[in-house]
Amino acid sequence: MAQIFAYIRHKDGVADDSALELVNAAKQIDSGAAATAVVTGSGAELEAVCSQVAASYAQVWKVDHAALAYPNAELVRKALLKLLPATGILLVAHDTFGMDLSPGLAVKMNLPFVSDVIAMDSLDGTALKLVRQEYGGMAHTHVTCDTAAGAVINTRAGAFAPDESKAAAGQVVDKSGAVGDLAATRAFLEVVAAEAGDVDITKSDVLVSIGRGIEDQENIELAEELAQAMGAVVSCSRPIVDAKWLEKARQVGTSGQTVKPKVYMALGISGSFQHLGGIKGNPFMIAVNKNPKAPIFQVADVGIVADILEFMPELTEKIAK
Amino acid sequence: MEILVCVKRVPDTAENEIEVKGDGSDIERDDLVYSVNEWDNYAVEEALQIRDKVGGAVTVVSVGDDESEEVLRREMAMGADKGVLLSDDAFEGSDGAGVAAILKAEIEKGKYDLILTGAQADDGAAQVGGMLAAMLDLPFASLVNAIEVIDGNTLKVGREIEGGNQEMNEISLPCVLSIQTGINEPRYVGIRGIRKVASVEIPVHGASQLGIEPASVGAAGAKVRRLDYFVPELGEGAEMLEGDMDEICDKVLELLKAKGGLK
Amino acid sequence: MQPALIAPANYTVGVVPTIILSLLIPVAGVAAFAYIIAIRLAPLVKANPDMRWDKIPQRLFSVAKIWLAQWRHPRYRLAGVLHILIFAGFLILSVRSIEMVVLGLAPNFVMPGFGGLLGTIYRLLQSYAATWVLGAVIVAVVRRTVFKPERYRVPARYGKDHTAEAVFVLGLIAILMVTESLFEASLTAAEAQQGMHGQWLAPLSLAWMFKTMLLETSGAALQKIHIIAYYLHDLTFFFFLCFLPLGKHFHVISSIFNVFFMRLRRGNIKPVKHGVSDEQLDDLESFGVKKLEDFTWKHILDFYTCVDCGRCSDNCPANAVGRPLSPRFISIKGRDYTYRNYPLYPIGAAFAKSDDLIGTIYSEDEIWSCTTCGACEQECPVGIEYIDKIVDLRRGMVDEGNVPQSLQKPLGALEKRGNPWGKLEKKRLEWTKELNNGFEVNVLSQKNPADTLYFVDSITSYDDRMQAIGRATATLLHRSGCDFGILGKDEKDSGHEVRRFGEEMLFQAIKDHNSAAILASGVKRIVTADPHAFNALKNDYDGLPPVEHIAQFLARTIRDGRLALKPAEADDSVYTYHDPCYLGRHNALYDEPRQVLDAIPGMRRVEMERCRDRSFCCGGGGLMLFYEPEEETRMGVLRVEMAAKAGANVIVTACPFCLVNMEDAIKVAGMEGKMAAIDLAELVARHVA
Repeated sequence: MAQIFAYIRHKDGVADDSALELVNAAKQIDSGAAATAVVTGSGAELEAVCSQVAASYAQVWKVDHAALAYPNAELVRKALLKLLPATGILLVAHDTFGMDLSPGLAVKMNLPFVSDVIAMDSLDGTALKLVRQEYGGMAHTHVTCDTAAGAVINTRAGAFAPDESKAAAGQVVDKSGAVGDLAATRAFLEVVAAEAGDVDITKSDVLVSIGRGIEDQENIELAEELAQAMGAVVSCSRPIVDAKWLEKARQVGTSGQTVKPKVYMALGISGSFQHLGGIKGNPFMIAVNKNPKAPIFQVADVGIVADILEFMPELTEKIAK
Repeated sequence: MEILVCVKRVPDTAENEIEVKGDGSDIERDDLVYSVNEWDNYAVEEALQIRDKVGGAVTVVSVGDDESEEVLRREMAMGADKGVLLSDDAFEGSDGAGVAAILKAEIEKGKYDLILTGAQADDGAAQVGGMLAAMLDLPFASLVNAIEVIDGNTLKVGREIEGGNQEMNEISLPCVLSIQTGINEPRYVGIRGIRKVASVEIPVHGASQLGIEPASVGAAGAKVRRLDYFVPELGEGAEMLEGDMDEICDKVLELLKAKGGLK
Repeated sequence: MQPALIAPANYTVGVVPTIILSLLIPVAGVAAFAYIIAIRLAPLVKANPDMRWDKIPQRLFSVAKIWLAQWRHPRYRLAGVLHILIFAGFLILSVRSIEMVVLGLAPNFVMPGFGGLLGTIYRLLQSYAATWVLGAVIVAVVRRTVFKPERYRVPARYGKDHTAEAVFVLGLIAILMVTESLFEASLTAAEAQQGMHGQWLAPLSLAWMFKTMLLETSGAALQKIHIIAYYLHDLTFFFFLCFLPLGKHFHVISSIFNVFFMRLRRGNIKPVKHGVSDEQLDDLESFGVKKLEDFTWKHILDFYTCVDCGRCSDNCPANAVGRPLSPRFISIKGRDYTYRNYPLYPIGAAFAKSDDLIGTIYSEDEIWSCTTCGACEQECPVGIEYIDKIVDLRRGMVDEGNVPQSLQKPLGALEKRGNPWGKLEKKRLEWTKELNNGFEVNVLSQKNPADTLYFVDSITSYDDRMQAIGRATATLLHRSGCDFGILGKDEKDSGHEVRRFGEEMLFQAIKDHNSAAILASGVKRIVTADPHAFNALKNDYDGLPPVEHIAQFLARTIRDGRLALKPAEADDSVYTYHDPCYLGRHNALYDEPRQVLDAIPGMRRVEMERCRDRSFCCGGGGLMLFYEPEEETRMGVLRVEMAAKAGANVIVTACPFCLVNMEDAIKVAGMEGKMAAIDLAELVARHVA
C-alpha cells in the first residue's frame, strides 16, 4: 500500500480549499491508503489548521518552527526532506507555492515529478497514469511514472472534488523536533498587497466579465453600459489586465481575485482554467463567444455563439425597455 | 553580472490552432509556426535590462534540435551577447529533470551569477527552473515579476502570488529565477535585427562535450513519460441558445430575471 | 535743376555725410545676412541626401501654381486673400526696394528698364501695392490680436504663444510701407510747395495721402522727414532681411525653393536612404531618423519654411481627436531644435552634438499617432512634407526595438503568417465558400490562369464582416464578365502599413513574396477593393501589371453598358460618400466612386462639408487598428457625426478599414438605427439588375 502525504496550505489559521481536494486525490491513487497531512507553520494559527484538517486526514504531522511562520519554499523543502520517508507519494496543490516547492523537492529526493495534474488513474502496481494538459489547455495528454521509489505530484485547483465528509478524526502528531535548524538563502521580506481598485468585484452578486473577445479597449464602454443596466459590475480575464485596459483589481482568476457571484456573464472569455479557478460557488453562468469550441461552453450553464460586440448593446437596450 | 537565460522554441499558441493527431502520438505540426516561448522572452528582456544597468554579459542557451537555433538568434538579435545550443540525439524524449540535467552540465562549464528561465512553457509544467536550482544547489524563486539588484551578492525579487499580491524576498547570488510574464515590456526584434546576427557563430554542445551519460537523459533516463495525446470526451456543457440576436437577448433577459441577474 | 529736397546721398548731418550710412547699412546687412544663411545651410550640408532635381518642368509648374499663384491659399478664404495681397505686394515692391537701397548712394537711380512707359505703369502699381499691403497688414493685426483664430493657438505643452512674433513682423512690414511712402510723399509735397512740377502720385495711394497731409508742413520739416524716412526704411529693410531666417518668416526666402523641391509623386514613401537600393539595405549601419542630421536636407528645409499657419494641424484628424500629434509642431519643434544646435551667437560657436530626437523634442506616442492620411501635406501652402518624416522616425524607433507592445504582436503575426491576426494561411480562402451565386472563385495557378488578379488583402479575407466586401466584389467582377482569379493562400498582406509603421525589411520580404506570386500567375491586370492594397501595389511595389481600384473598374464597366443597375429602393435612405484617404487624397480618385453611385437610378446623395481632398480620416487602417492611442474621442465618431450633419443616414465607403471604423463608431456614438455604413461594392452588388 502506498504511503501518501498531502502538503496542506493555509492562511490566517484556516486551511486552503485544496486540503480537502487532496484527500480525494489520494483516494484516487489508492482507495485504501490513509493519507497523512503535513502542515508547517507556527503558533496558534498552526494549531487551528491542524485541528481543522484532522477531521479529514487519518494523521496530521504538525511542524511548528518560527522560520516557517511564513511559507518559505526552500525551508519547507528542507523540513520535508528530513520528515518524509524515501518512498512516499507527496501530493501538493499546484498553486504559486506548489510551483515554488515541488520541482526542487522532487530533484532533491530523486523522485519523478508530475505537474498540474487534472486527473489520475488508480495505481497499477507501482505505475501511475495521470492526465495533464499542454498548449494552454488545448491538448490533453496521458503521462505515466513509476512510483516504486515515491513521487511528487502537483494537482490543479478544483480538479479533484473536495472531501467534505470530515469523518477521519485523525491524530495530530508533532514532528517539529525532527526538522532541526532551518537556514535559507532566500529570505521573505513582506507581502505587498495588490492595489485596491475603485471597485471591489468580490462584493458583487452579478458580474459582467470580459475577455479577449472585447477586441479593443474602447469597446469596454459597451460592457460598462450593460453592467450599469443590470446593476452589475465589470470584471475581466488576465489578457485585459496585461494589456492595461483595466486595473488588476478587476481580474478574475488564480492570479487575480476569487469571486463568488450569483450570476456570471462570461463575454468573449475562452474559459482557461486560470480564469475559471477564480470563480467559486457555482454561479449561474451565461457564456457568449464567437468560437463554438471555446472551453467556456463546457462549464457554463447557458451558451451563445455570437459576437459580444453585437450582443452587449442589444441586451442593454432590451433591459432598458 | 554574467547572466544565463534558458530559452525554448515552442509552437505559437496564439497564432496556431492546436489539434491532436488521429493516432494520438503528437499534435498536428504541419501548419504550426514556432517562436520563442513567451515567458523566456520576458526573461531575456529582463536580463538585458539588468546587464545594461550593472554591466556584464547575457548568454542564451536552448536544449533542442537544429531549428532551435532560430530562437537563439532572435534573442541575440534582441541583444544577448552569446548563444549556445545543446543538442544531441540522446537528449530526445527528456522529461523535465532530464532537460534540467542537460542545462546543469552546460552551466557548470561557465561561471554565472544569475540564471533565468521562463516560469512555464508550452507543456505548462513550470518545473525546469526549480529543478535546475536544486541540481545546482542554488537559491530559487519562481513567478518573479520584479528584480532589483542590491549588490554583487544580493537581489530583491518580487513573486506573483494569489490575489494579485506580490511576495517580496531577498535572495543571494548566484541564484536561479523563473520569470513571469508582464515583468517588463520586451523590446521589438525586427527582421533587420535578425539578419544582422545571421552569421554569428552559435556553438553546439552534445552529450560528450557536456560530459553527460546518455542513459541519464533522453527517453532512456526519463522518470515521467508521455503516453499519448487525446481528445477528452466532452461532458454535457452549456445549453446553447438558438435564434437571431433579438430572440437570444429576449431569452437571456428572462434568464437574468429568473436567476437574480438584474438589480 | 535743383531737386526740391536734398537727397539722402547728398545730405550731411553736421559735417558727416549720410551717404556713409547708405553704404554701411547695406554692407553690414548683407554681411550679417550671408553669415546667417551660411549657418542655416550647415545642417543641410550634413543631412542625408535627397533626390529633388528630377522632372524640372514639373517642378517649375509647381512653383508657378503653388508659389506664384498661391493656389492653396484661398482654402482659408480671409487669411488666403490677405496673404495673396501681401505676397503680390512684396513681389511688386521688390524692384522698388532695390531701387531704394541704391538711391542712398546714387540719388537719381532708376532701375534699368524701368524708365519710360514701363516705369510709369510700375510706379502706379507700386504705389497701390504699398497701400493695399498696409491695409492687409492692419486687418491681419486685428485678426491676430482681436479675433485670434483657433489654429494659431499654442497648446501649453508646446510653449509660449507666437502672436508676438507675428505682430512684430507685421509691424516691420507696416514700417517699410509707411517709410517708403513718406520718403516719396515728403519729396512730392516739397515739390508742390516750391511750385515745381511734382511727381504724379497715384490717387488715393498711401504716398498720395501722405503728400496731401504734408502739404502744409514746413520745408525744413519735410527735409527731415525725407531723410529720416529713408534711413528708417533702409535700416528696417536690412533688419527685416536678417530677421527673416530667425523665425517663421524664413519662408519669405525659402518657400520658393521648398516648393520647387516639393514631392511630385503621391502615395509612395521615400526609400530608407536615397541612393541606397533595396538590395543594399542590409549594409546600412542604421535605419531611419534618430538624430537631426538623419533627416534629408529637404526635410530640414521644411522645418525652416514652416509658416506656423496651423492649417496642417487644423486638418489633422489625430489632432482633432486629441492625440498628442500636431503636425505644425513637428515642424516648429524641429526648426527650433535646429536653430539651437546650430547657434548664430556667439559667432564661431561650435555646433552642438545632436541628441536622439525621440524622447527630447518628439514623444513616441506623438509619432505613432499619425494615420498617414495626408491631410497636412494637402493643405500646406509651402509644400512641407510630413508623412516621410513620420515614417523615417518610426524606422528609427523600430531599429532600436522601441515598438509599442500592441504593435509587436501583429508585426510578429505578419512575419509568421502573412496577416496581422496570425490566422492560418489556408483560411485565406474561407470567404469564397459562402458565395452561392452559381459561380466559384478561381484560385490562380499554372493550370488555372486568368486575365485579372483580384488582390483581396488580409482584412477582406479574414474579417467576418469584411468578407462580405470580398463576396460582393467577386460577384461584380463575375457579372461584368471579367476573367479573374485570386492568389489564395499564396497571398500575403500587401504590407502597406508595415512599411508606414517603419518595419521596412519585413515590408521588403512581403513585397518580394507577393511580387513573385503575382508575376508567376501571369495576370495582365490587378484589381482590388482595398485602397491600402491599391496604393501599395501601385506606389510601393514595382514591376507589376497595372493596378486599379474596383471603383475605377465599375465606373468604366457601367459607362460601357456592361453592368446594368436597378433603381434604388424607395425608402428614406440618404447616402453620402466618404472619400478614403488612400483612394482620394493619395491617388486623386474622387470622381469614379461618385459616378458609380450616381449611376444607381433614384440614388439620393449629399456631400459632406469635408469631402474630396478635405475628407476626414476614419481612424486609419492596417496596423493602426491595433495601436492603442491616447485620444479624447475616435476619428470615426467625428466622421459619422459629420455625415449626420450633412443630412445623410447611410455612409458609403470604398475601403474595408473605413467601413470597420464607421461601423464601430456608429455603435460607440450610439447612432445605431440612425446611421448605417456600407461598402461601395456591397451597395452596387445589391443593385445589379
